[in-house]
Amino acid sequence: MQVILEQLINGLTIGSFYALIALGYSMVYGVLKLINFAHGDLFTFGSYLGYTVLVFGAAFLTAHFGLWGAFVVATGVAALSIACVGVVMERIAYRPVYRAGRLPAVVSALGASIFLQNAIMVIWGPRFQAYPSEFIPDAKVMLGDIRISLLQVIILAMSFLLMGLLYFIVQKTTFGAAIRATAHDRKTASLMGININKVIFFVFTLGPALGALTGVMVGMYYRQISFTMGWNYGLKAFTASVLGGIGNIPGAMVGGLILGVLEMLGAAYISAAWKDVFVFVILILVLIFRPTGILGEKTAEKV
Amino acid sequence: MHRRRPHCTHDAVLETVGLTKIFGGLTAVNAVDLKVHKGEILSLIGPNGAGKTTVFNVVTGIYRPEQGRVLFKGRDITGRKPHRIVSRGIARTFQNIRLFPDMTCLENVMAGQHCRGKAGLFTSVFKTPGQRREERRILEISERRLQQVNLWRVRDELAKNIAYGSQRMLEIARALASGPDLLVLDEPSSGLNPRETEDLMAFLKALIEDDDVTILLIEHDMNVVMGISDWVVVLDGGRKIAEGRPEDIYANQEVIEAYLGKDDGEEGHGSAA
Amino acid sequence: MEQVISPEKKGLRNSRLFILVPVIAAFMVYPFLVSDYFIDIAFFFGIYALLGLSLNIVLGEVGLFDLGHAGFYAIGAYTTAILNTKFGIPILVLIPVAALAAALFAYVVFSPVIHLQGDYLLIVTLGMGEIIRQALINNPFDLTGGPNGVFGIDFPRIALPGIGEIFVCDSSIKYYFLIWAIVGLTIIGLKSLQNSRIGRAWNYIREDEVAANATGIDSRHYKLLAFVLGAGLAGVAGNVYACKLMVVSPESFTFWESCLMFCIVLIGGMGSIPGVLIGAAFISLFPEIFRPFAMYRMLIFGSAMILMMMFRPGGAWPRKRGAVEFRSLLEDSGRSDA
Repeated sequence: MQVILEQLINGLTIGSFYALIALGYSMVYGVLKLINFAHGDLFTFGSYLGYTVLVFGAAFLTAHFGLWGAFVVATGVAALSIACVGVVMERIAYRPVYRAGRLPAVVSALGASIFLQNAIMVIWGPRFQAYPSEFIPDAKVMLGDIRISLLQVIILAMSFLLMGLLYFIVQKTTFGAAIRATAHDRKTASLMGININKVIFFVFTLGPALGALTGVMVGMYYRQISFTMGWNYGLKAFTASVLGGIGNIPGAMVGGLILGVLEMLGAAYISAAWKDVFVFVILILVLIFRPTGILGEKTAEKV
Repeated sequence: MHRRRPHCTHDAVLETVGLTKIFGGLTAVNAVDLKVHKGEILSLIGPNGAGKTTVFNVVTGIYRPEQGRVLFKGRDITGRKPHRIVSRGIARTFQNIRLFPDMTCLENVMAGQHCRGKAGLFTSVFKTPGQRREERRILEISERRLQQVNLWRVRDELAKNIAYGSQRMLEIARALASGPDLLVLDEPSSGLNPRETEDLMAFLKALIEDDDVTILLIEHDMNVVMGISDWVVVLDGGRKIAEGRPEDIYANQEVIEAYLGKDDGEEGHGSAA
Repeated sequence: MEQVISPEKKGLRNSRLFILVPVIAAFMVYPFLVSDYFIDIAFFFGIYALLGLSLNIVLGEVGLFDLGHAGFYAIGAYTTAILNTKFGIPILVLIPVAALAAALFAYVVFSPVIHLQGDYLLIVTLGMGEIIRQALINNPFDLTGGPNGVFGIDFPRIALPGIGEIFVCDSSIKYYFLIWAIVGLTIIGLKSLQNSRIGRAWNYIREDEVAANATGIDSRHYKLLAFVLGAGLAGVAGNVYACKLMVVSPESFTFWESCLMFCIVLIGGMGSIPGVLIGAAFISLFPEIFRPFAMYRMLIFGSAMILMMMFRPGGAWPRKRGAVEFRSLLEDSGRSDA
């Protein structure tokens, strides 16, 4: 029982990473029907920026802000910078290509991904980088019988806070309604006076910012980062967003958490080596029975 | 010229019995009985949202009905796949024209002949004599149909590049290319100018004379309905509320109310809905 | 079409010959002029051309997003590698076997999911590619050799009973001709398909699936056929790749490889055979040409992809549709109002 619960917590931790990254895919997909393949690399980029802030600002940051402050500064810098990168990328790589249709945009997105990944390699080098351990809390927390690390508690708290916030923005505010309307039918939304460019700006700042935040958390959780890790996380997160119903924001959260838990349970009870196979088989089975994901709406095409 | 055929003199080509289609909680088509007889033009009319297109979609296999049956030439085709229904002999057009935009007009029409061919992967790769013969036949029939709708001159243009009115006719040619017994047209005159509408009416009349087809159409333009129909069926709110000869329907109080509300006044001319 | 050739069509044939003959001649002469290194580059160009052609059936002709095509490629390569090293079956015999294995796999996996729309189908292809790669790494039944892969794959040989061996494909130049002969035959076959009932049915589905169904096309059947055929050709590419490298390992069949194939089709132009060749040339030659830029070359590569889509969103050589494909059978009336 204890073990299951611990695995569940581990799964939720990884799942919340997937969920936060998946939100970036899903928001962009909802508004532009574009799979932003470069999103995983924005996540990596954020992770590296957080790393740099922590390594080079270590003395200064701890002196002025303390350990916790340093963490906040690192994530803040990463999130803000990556939000800017996201907007710039949209302007350069995507905006000129939208009109030509969805497929050229896919190639453009892959191009952007290759570019970013290699830019990261050129800047930080091809080797693994280790997150400075003095910033990583290593205390354990006892929750009844279950031992979990303080870091996991922080990660889960932060993730759920962010997801809650985003859920609130998207489901309860007027601007959120504008986003949902745009996702539902862009043409009609713009006819109704919704400023599509504002919505695009929003998803291309918030999505990458969330990705960057996750990047810093992943760096702290696994303690080492590499320039290619964006592919793997991106793939899983994209899978999570499809599992939940792509374009659907609560769907991305649910999909991410389910994927993380499945992966952990698969690793613990089936086989660590086959966990990804297990995850993808479940995904395919879900799609056979629910062709538009867990929370995705049925889209009956009007004939 | 076009001689008005009495309804019911021939066998029914198409018959629906208690056809019902429900979307979520909405009953779009409610127990509709329909009989289309051989060689006639039957118009399905009714205000927007009456369920006309849904009837078409059920008949052509795009939707599966919750209740009721569709009989074509005496055989039950309820819930068959659309492509099977086409090869049985029902061909259709769409309300909002659905061509293959980036293919030529000739290729568009050739699609209709697809279900009459049987060349497979190997015969197509190796271009066997049989396959060549079949391709020639597909080409020949398609060219005929293209000429029939007077679009021969644009055969090599991409379908998206030709005029709207021509696109409507091209869609009809594509449907005809399958050699159907029943042609199902969803608002063929919508978006056409008066002249094109006249041409369309003349075309449909000629078609019924020359080819061995029966036509079921949805129409909003009362001039067209009055001008070419042998029989008219009126739907409202998913139910059949009236049927009869065009002139009788024209005078039917219930029909006028369905279109214009209880307030009597203007006549139901032009595009009534 | 074997009817009487009209003058304008003859002219067109001639102008086509003007391009084709020099291109083919250049391909024949090239390997005799350059070193093995450059022959090998051209060999990999051929592999990517074959992979591009195979994906083009699914993505270009039918418009289905397939981002797991490397999986079929892997099945072809591993089928060849395992059957050759464990049972000594000759490589050339394994070409159809590899094709059938990949095609059968595609049929089994995609039968239940072929109705999925756009991006949902895409994620299934992507998942399938990953499942295959993970399975190869995990070495099921001790067949795939795990992360190291399978090595010791033989050369393609032809031996006749009584006479002995008459041909061994053991040099760069022979491999070059092997792959380009296969590519050539594939192009001829696909060209016939493009102008057939099947090729048109694929295009109808790409253009508008609902309309295609309502016009009498069994979209399910043709979509599956595209996957099966595309997978089979990728399997052939896997076979040739395996015997050229003499070793196969999972890292050759990553998601990245599937992405490259996707780009080949889109950079060249959907459904365009010359386009696929251009796309394959771009993907295989670009990194070589920009080798002097060392670590910056992939930066340039990524930027080039974005720029291409900005300036030629339809691809470098989009398929042109029109008059040349058909000769009218109603010649007189045709001419009079043309």
